[in-house]
Amino acid sequence: MQTTSIVFQGSPLAHYVLARADDALVLGHRLSEWCGHAPILEEDLALTNIALDLIGQARALYTYAAELEGRGHDEDDLAYLREDRQFHNLLLLEQPNGDFAVTCVRLLLFSAFAEPYWRLMRASSDAQLAAIAAKAEKECAYHVRHASQWVIRLGDGTEESHRRTQDALDTLWVYTGELFETSADEQALIAQGIAADPQAILPIWQNTVNAVLTEATLQAPSVSWMQTGGRRGLHSEHLGHMLAEMQYLQRTYPGAEW
Amino acid sequence: MDQFMPLWEVFIRTRNGLAHRHVGSLHAADAEMALQAARDVYTRRGEGVSIWVVPSAAITASDPAETEMMFEPTGSKIYRHPTFYKIPDEVGHM
Repeated sequence: MQTTSIVFQGSPLAHYVLARADDALVLGHRLSEWCGHAPILEEDLALTNIALDLIGQARALYTYAAELEGRGHDEDDLAYLREDRQFHNLLLLEQPNGDFAVTCVRLLLFSAFAEPYWRLMRASSDAQLAAIAAKAEKECAYHVRHASQWVIRLGDGTEESHRRTQDALDTLWVYTGELFETSADEQALIAQGIAADPQAILPIWQNTVNAVLTEATLQAPSVSWMQTGGRRGLHSEHLGHMLAEMQYLQRTYPGAEW
Repeated sequence: MDQFMPLWEVFIRTRNGLAHRHVGSLHAADAEMALQAARDVYTRRGEGVSIWVVPSAAITASDPAETEMMFEPTGSKIYRHPTFYKIPDEVGHM
């Protein structure tokens, strides 16, 4: 394994796959940070199970992205040797774990999108993506359920848990616009039946999220602007710190295995 | 913590046709969360196809102090074990 940073150079399809891999890896890594720190043992296992689902999705997607790129990189190169500007994940997913409410709300906002997204992707004209989608859809369905149940109980729980959960929602809401953005390249993939159209997901996402918020006695924030940039490699200050920790071992001991 | 997160007993059926077996316990806020926690704690390696969760408080248990009264009388009744029968070969594994 080489030691210097790499730059991914592939087709629009390869970049599209890479961005989805980055989504899964970044959220998976964030959730793995809870390992040994969750409020209860049961939740420690639940969060790391979800993290492993996502890292598994990331591995399949990175492997496919590397194959499409065709420059000899593998999943590990793509995960550990790119710098932050080379990552194309959604900003929502790199936000720090915060308290338990932030973690649950972030998981809900993303999973409520990811489940129907992968469901549509099962019909992708790209057989490899359709196969990855079939597995991811089932996993994400559980993530929605788990996050929903916690958000309902935290929102409709004590005064403090309600306040913290509403705060989490208010903080993270500005990152939800990016879920439904598409670049010109992605539009072309949608037209070819390779990628799903996020606009078709919007009403499903709104239904899921609104139903949970109503039961949780939480208010969807009304904001007039949304954060954007992750898909173009423009990140918040948090991603660099996360990557520094995530990539430390491979950067220090190139090619280390265990 | 027990006030908000009572104890639940977890039972898992490993395959269709088998009975649910007690596998352990966990803390959860309510039945729905207990079921999710059971899935995450006890079925990570494909151990089951069905889960039951029961509030531990709902279980009535025998008193360890009464073990002698409860269980010793059967010790002398070996004729209750079906060990005096010859099983024909055709029956195969029982």
